[in-house]
Amino acid sequence: MNIGNLPFVVAALLVIFGLYTLLFKRNLIKLVIGITLIETGVNLFLVTLGYRTGGISPIYTYAPEAQQMVLPTPQALTLTSIVIGLATTALLLSFAVFVHRHYGTLDVRKVKELKG
Amino acid sequence: MTALTTHAPVLLIAVPLLGAFAAPLVGKLGRGVRNTLIGLIVLFVALLAALLAVDVFGAGGAPTVYELGGGTFTFPLSGGQIPVRILFEVDGMSAFMGLITALIVLTGAVFSFSYWKERSGGNLYFSLFLLLTAGIFGMQLTGDMFNFFVFLEITSIAAAGLVGFRVWLKQSQEAGFKVMAMYTLSGLLVLLAIGLLYGQHGHLNIATLANSINGGLVDMIALGLLLTGLAMKAGAVPMHMWAPDAYGEAPAPTSAVLVANSQASLYGLFRVLFTLFGVGVSASALGWILIVLALLTIFVGVTMALIQHDLKRLIAYGAVSQIGYMMLGVGVGLARQASIIASSGVDALSDAATKLDFGLVSLQGGIFHMLNDAACVGLLFFASGVIIRASGTRDLNRMGGLGHRMMWTSIFFAIGAVALAGVPPFNGFASKYLIYEASFQLSPFLAVIAVLSSILLLAVFVKAFQAAFLGPKTDATAHVSDPSIGMMVPMAALVLVIIVFGLFPGFFVDHIVTPAAKALWLGHKAYIGAVLGGI
Repeated sequence: MNIGNLPFVVAALLVIFGLYTLLFKRNLIKLVIGITLIETGVNLFLVTLGYRTGGISPIYTYAPEAQQMVLPTPQALTLTSIVIGLATTALLLSFAVFVHRHYGTLDVRKVKELKG
Repeated sequence: MTALTTHAPVLLIAVPLLGAFAAPLVGKLGRGVRNTLIGLIVLFVALLAALLAVDVFGAGGAPTVYELGGGTFTFPLSGGQIPVRILFEVDGMSAFMGLITALIVLTGAVFSFSYWKERSGGNLYFSLFLLLTAGIFGMQLTGDMFNFFVFLEITSIAAAGLVGFRVWLKQSQEAGFKVMAMYTLSGLLVLLAIGLLYGQHGHLNIATLANSINGGLVDMIALGLLLTGLAMKAGAVPMHMWAPDAYGEAPAPTSAVLVANSQASLYGLFRVLFTLFGVGVSASALGWILIVLALLTIFVGVTMALIQHDLKRLIAYGAVSQIGYMMLGVGVGLARQASIIASSGVDALSDAATKLDFGLVSLQGGIFHMLNDAACVGLLFFASGVIIRASGTRDLNRMGGLGHRMMWTSIFFAIGAVALAGVPPFNGFASKYLIYEASFQLSPFLAVIAVLSSILLLAVFVKAFQAAFLGPKTDATAHVSDPSIGMMVPMAALVLVIIVFGLFPGFFVDHIVTPAAKALWLGHKAYIGAVLGGI
């Protein structure tokens, strides 16, 4: 297998671990960790998409001639995605704090006044 | 006026966005100043959406492209130019969705002015409200997949904030966490799909992507992820758990805007299915997937509504089931479109449109129902807010006899309920009739389920109406009265919409619904052509 594909495998593994955590863990904080894992996987996937082996950073000023550059667009996407991820994680964690304050637990099996 | 119309797509997003961040600051000057500012903003936004709609529908729903910043490109592009700028692309469908959002945001904001009178937190509330508005408009008008994701996340964060920002309420925190988790997951699925599409085709622009998508393996994986993510955010049934919690626990005027938000995700789904993948990957199977999801959504939504005794949760499940009707209408249209393309080619679509093929009728029904559902569900949520504040309880078993002293509210509630259940002569009947008629031609079974669920929904609302408004007065309801004029006017406006659309459906179907439906039915080529020229 090409060593250059390894980051894609890692990204897929991160997403799968994240989904596993979301589906099988019962603690609100662990659910947030699961979501963060998926997010990291997706971000890694985006960055890897734009990577070119031996490429230089995509700045045209004083760039050497005929040198391959890594793609700038996926990096911009990743930055945006990281910023959004920060906001969602912060919001999720603050909800978790307030759930704990009201219910006295983080166990999703005990936090279920809303059902049916 | 023309400058306003030209710049409408970006102003529709920029003005509420600026307003969102100005609201907490202006709020320091006092409630009156803040409300005036918010009122002006939503009025301006509604005016812009109407202008944009007049402009787009005047041109028969043909897509127009707006480019943000530095006007160096003229569209359609020529000579290998790459659209690297921020693009907005508005066609009949986008303009139609803009109208829905404008209606709900305008009535919701006016209703909120009176609804929030005695409570603190109004500044934050309006800040999130306008942020959500900006996000919804962004999703509907953008011509770029990544911008679509960004606006999707803006609506996610603002919507979850609105659901859970009353931190002193126990259930709202639980609902807030659930909503944010589901929204984030759906957003990440969409982002992953966008990453896959970018890796495969090297574009993010919807038109250029649509031009090069050919239905390879990566395309289909991306389609699956987009379908899952957007259906999750719209509240379609296997992924609907967050929806009743969110609609039920959010403040009453916000619940209506949350429904508009779900519809914006639905719009994204339709845009992906028809425009992005459209003719390139037309398969009846996709339409049938949508139909199955729709039937599940309709049936589960209605049956769950039947067993609720919490008024808001009951309406929330009703709102979930209505999402199913829209998906049913559009799913039938998609399946029919694919079979027409398979049998006689893409060019047969415009021929089928002139003959009013049932696929197009079904699309009309599904799209028209979005507008009708927004009006009816909005009205019901407003009325439920009034009822809950007057009686101090959400439990239907503890209400009763409200009709004695709240005549107008009970009339409004009744109109909203029967209109949502599809009783003539109200607007819900007009759109549901199109859906019944068209889905019957694809398979009678679909129409049977749809009609049966409508009847069940009527039963649900008869039960709710009887429990809340009829019967003797109780201790809780002895001293209630109709709300102030500030809450009556938005409800009356929605009732007016319901009645006018119910009495003259033909006019609206011809002038605004058909261009929107045609934008999906045969707009694939025009959408690409508006950016790339006649390819």
